[in-house]
Amino acid sequence: MRLLTHNFLASNMKGVSTGYPLGLEVVKSTIKEVELNADFLRGILPKLDWRALAAATSAAGYPDLLPAEQPSEAEFFAEGAAEFEDSPIRRLHRALLEIHIDEGTLVCPESGRTFPIQKGVPNMILHEDEVRA
Amino acid sequence: MPRPEVQAPPEIFYNEVEARKYTTSSRIIEIQARISERALELLALPDDGVPKMLLDIGCGSGLSGETLTEHGHHWIGCDISKSMLDVALERETEGDLLLADMGEGLGLRPGVIDGAISISAVQWLCNADKSSHEPRLRLKAFFGSLYRCLARGARAVLQFYADNVKQSEMLVSFAMRAGFAGGVVIDWPHSSKAKKSYLVLTCGAPSVNTSLPKGKGQDGEACSDDDDDDDSDDDQTVGTYGRDRMKKRQKVNKNNRGKDWLLRKKEQMRKRGRDVPADTKYTGRKRKSRF
Repeated sequence: MRLLTHNFLASNMKGVSTGYPLGLEVVKSTIKEVELNADFLRGILPKLDWRALAAATSAAGYPDLLPAEQPSEAEFFAEGAAEFEDSPIRRLHRALLEIHIDEGTLVCPESGRTFPIQKGVPNMILHEDEVRA
Repeated sequence: MPRPEVQAPPEIFYNEVEARKYTTSSRIIEIQARISERALELLALPDDGVPKMLLDIGCGSGLSGETLTEHGHHWIGCDISKSMLDVALERETEGDLLLADMGEGLGLRPGVIDGAISISAVQWLCNADKSSHEPRLRLKAFFGSLYRCLARGARAVLQFYADNVKQSEMLVSFAMRAGFAGGVVIDWPHSSKAKKSYLVLTCGAPSVNTSLPKGKGQDGEACSDDDDDDDSDDDQTVGTYGRDRMKKRQKVNKNNRGKDWLLRKKEQMRKRGRDVPADTKYTGRKRKSRF
């Protein structure tokens, strides 16, 4: 699971109002490099929850990758920023699309219920008594 | 063979043996790819080359996701069968996978998904596989959460196999109740095999963009890719020229199966979406006896 998906996931249990952001405990994570697409990042940026992303990035073992506050759009999409190795957009790309969580746990912030991640697949199936009626 | 939905719950039915078929059977792979291609077409994403964030509900072994990847999109797939997801992992699909039950509602933040597809999955919601399952509640939870997680104006295309008209109506009515606009598009309605139903839903109030696209094969369009010669053939008179044409009489076949009968049959097959050769002056002619 990439952190992009983690940023969108929420707990859907009975009695939980927002269930977001899910806590992340990482046992094993890997990096798979993919090509950077600035247009995709530009489209996805307004939908991101920056704080959740920054927290998840540090939980995955990269505490210095993203700043605590979201850089402005101008900083992200400055001319030639995509080529520059340490630019904000490169860092965002790495955090969103290249870090994969292989083994770990997701934790619901309200109920404390844990969802195990095995082989990169989180198990979000609820028990009968946890389903919203 | 009855449909899978009446045999066992999805997490039981799609066991390792059944999941294996989805990597080995070229027929299944081809059908899945063709349906996903059509679903993506119905999704009508803006043609600007920017990758989108899509959702694949009931992604299974990731065959439909592969089509999304080919078009350059990012996707999240969810499925209830662990065996199917294991196969997807083996195939190294690009999207992220979730083990989740769509009937419990999708656990996603509001307004983040640019479009959703689902191939042969939502009909499972009409079943009650456990004592705790109530199809109406599950449908409501599913469509409600789908509506919430989609961005405004985003579309969802859900291909499904309804057992009967009632099921299809039930799916549509729950989608409408969740706030969606749209309806069912049926491809190849005259064929029992090639017929496919797509629930095409748009998030938000009805507008020009929400008008339903037309299904394929509704006016005798052929299934083959060479669509351009279809229409011209229809009004073209089939000529019968030849030196000894006048002497010969077209013999009437045993069961009165002459040329008219043949043309009628061909038209019928065309409506069912089969690959039918074009009508020419040779159609329905007999070979010479000396052949």
